[in-house]
Amino acid sequence: MDTLAAARAQMEVSLAFHMVFAALGIGMPLLMAIAEALWLRTGRAEYRDLARKWAKATALTFAIGAVSGTALSFELGLLWPRFMAFAGGIIGPAFALEGYAFFLEAIFLGLYLYGWERLSPRAHLAAGAAVAASGVLSGVLVVAANAWMQEPVGVGTPNASALAPFLSPAWGEMALHSTLSCYIATGFAAAGAYALGMLRGRRDAYHRAGLSLTLTLATAAALAQPLSGHLSARHVARNQPAKLAAAEAHFHTRRGAPVLVGGIPDAARGTVRGAIRIPRLLSFLATDDFGGEVRGLDAFRRELWPNVGVTHLAFDVMVGSAFAMSGLGLWFWLVRRRRREPGRWLLRALVAGSPLGIVALEAGWIVTEVGRQPWIVRGVMLTRDGVTPVAGVAATFFGFSLLYLVLGTALALLLRRLATGAPAADVPAPRTAEAAHAG
Amino acid sequence: MPADLAAGLTLAALIAYAVLAGADFGGGIWDAFARGPRRDAQRDAIAHAMGPVWEANHVWLIFVVVLLFTCFPSAYAALSEGLFIPFHLVLLGIILRGAAFVFRAYSPQSVRRPGRPGRGARRWGAVFGAASVITPVLLGTCLGAVSAGGLRVVDGRAAAAGTAPWLRPLPLAMGGFALAVCAYLAAVYLANETAGELREDFRRRALAAGTAVVAMSALMLPLLHARAPHLWHGLLGVRAAPVLAVGVAAALLSGWSLWRRRPRLARAATVAQTACLLAGWGIAQHPYVIFPDVTVQGAAAPEATLRFVLWSTPFGMALLLPSLWWLFRVFKGPEVSAGE
Repeated sequence: MDTLAAARAQMEVSLAFHMVFAALGIGMPLLMAIAEALWLRTGRAEYRDLARKWAKATALTFAIGAVSGTALSFELGLLWPRFMAFAGGIIGPAFALEGYAFFLEAIFLGLYLYGWERLSPRAHLAAGAAVAASGVLSGVLVVAANAWMQEPVGVGTPNASALAPFLSPAWGEMALHSTLSCYIATGFAAAGAYALGMLRGRRDAYHRAGLSLTLTLATAAALAQPLSGHLSARHVARNQPAKLAAAEAHFHTRRGAPVLVGGIPDAARGTVRGAIRIPRLLSFLATDDFGGEVRGLDAFRRELWPNVGVTHLAFDVMVGSAFAMSGLGLWFWLVRRRRREPGRWLLRALVAGSPLGIVALEAGWIVTEVGRQPWIVRGVMLTRDGVTPVAGVAATFFGFSLLYLVLGTALALLLRRLATGAPAADVPAPRTAEAAHAG
Repeated sequence: MPADLAAGLTLAALIAYAVLAGADFGGGIWDAFARGPRRDAQRDAIAHAMGPVWEANHVWLIFVVVLLFTCFPSAYAALSEGLFIPFHLVLLGIILRGAAFVFRAYSPQSVRRPGRPGRGARRWGAVFGAASVITPVLLGTCLGAVSAGGLRVVDGRAAAAGTAPWLRPLPLAMGGFALAVCAYLAAVYLANETAGELREDFRRRALAAGTAVVAMSALMLPLLHARAPHLWHGLLGVRAAPVLAVGVAAALLSGWSLWRRRPRLARAATVAQTACLLAGWGIAQHPYVIFPDVTVQGAAAPEATLRFVLWSTPFGMALLLPSLWWLFRVFKGPEVSAGE
């Protein structure tokens, strides 16, 4: 395994792992604050129980998100020191502001988790809302650094503005798209737990409220996401045509380009086998004109192509998951509108669909990052020029993969234990956390 | 000038990390070495003290890292290459410490003996303790490596040398020193936040750790003299010496007040001691980021970046400090500590 491959693999594992908890760390606090607000307004116990349950889930996922995020800030230098020597001073301001937002999130989370008995109900709710708000803000700010890597500005101009990462034209679309994806991922993942509980016969107020709240957030975000995705795609078509071409497995520049669903791209021959073609749709999506011209990969030198197979597959997985989730959300709300109980098939579908948000999140990230290759800063610095000269990255890659595997498994088991079974009274409260709550 | 201010800001963040998160590592150390009839009560007190604040305290390290790579990108790149192994081990420690702490808190209780930790909780507890012992040692050795002169940087790249720069005598001694300081900070804080026999337990531990701090200092002095004369002269120079003198006085005061059972005074003096020692080190280290090849000026980012960081600091702190004050008032305020 050469250093570049190992460094990319370690970065991929670390980011893929962190991303799940970062997304839950943005979505869970919003659910928890909404549930607490509803409890304060209605006085209904199930909302209080939901808020407490989601607070515990937030505590677990936030802690893992924080430590794996710390790992990433180190790994930027450990794996890509030449990139950081070049770009650290440019993307740094985004991380510096993100640092403040993340700091606020950590502070208010401490107040929220351990302050149930120490703060007034209003102050406690305010702390929860602050966690949700600073979580979104920190995500939006860190995306600015990535946006700059996709569409750098201010490179090569002496005394460029320190605001460069915030001036990247990709930032707005990316921030919107990624924030929505966090809510979708959290909402469907949590909804699955309540659907499973109801399938097992626990159709109490707690489970019903849990399902409604999570699916309100998830459906709203899932229905807004295609619009945001369309804006992103149109932006990418204009500004990062190689990425769009790879995502769509669009090899040849042409007018009236079709969308290819599925299929296996053959980069050597420039063909796609077994795809479903939707005529002219790509031209319309990219240019707002069914006859518009869309640049294909043939517009770029072969060595500057991203991996077409991976990018196209990831893109289809993302879009497919998104459609499936929109369908699930609409199905649930149609049943609710008719004032009927969710049936077994709907609940089963929700359980089966609960990982789809996380799948879509990871797939979308693969589209963005693999689709940017071979550049680490598009058009400016190649990934292979950013990598560390230090030997032994293969060892750290395997070590960290193993570590994340163990932690991920342990966390999944703990979350499953947290999710199954009803609220506080049934589940013996955790020792130390309870001691602190009571203290 | 902006570069020096940015370096000072980084040092201030490092001091905040040491004083606050150092005590959380220390809590883990005392968790690992919990002994005697009140072993479980000690562990509960530690978890109780850390729970609400450790994540916020940890963010100071992220600040240090972000300030380093934003304001001194080439130094950060050289550090990442030269300290590739210890940085990875630090990460391992940080990840395991944080994950184990929350996993333990949310693990089931023992089935046979309700109220006691179950098997999973005990295992995560062991991981938490071990990671808390190892991480500060590694962080101390990294700090030593940038001072001791073993980490050479040629053309912006870390140059391979003989012995790993962090495994030399002075860095290792600084690792041991960091471990002792963390243990001392935690024990002093915990003596403030407990009562009765538990408070005596932590007071005795604080006295033992304080002795270790003095012993490690005594060990470091000849090493500094022999291995890092530039740092030795810097520490005795006109700029660092007064700060160090205040630090030594604060150390004496903290030991005395601990002995006379005045924990609140001991806590204030311990914070001052730690802050002054690190500030003295930073002043003596100036103008180097990595002695002897990388200076603050040489590694500085473009001035626009430095100005952005410096100008954003007051606004960020205006949000941060009141929030931190609220956090610590709720969980560490006078009505909370002592007798809970």
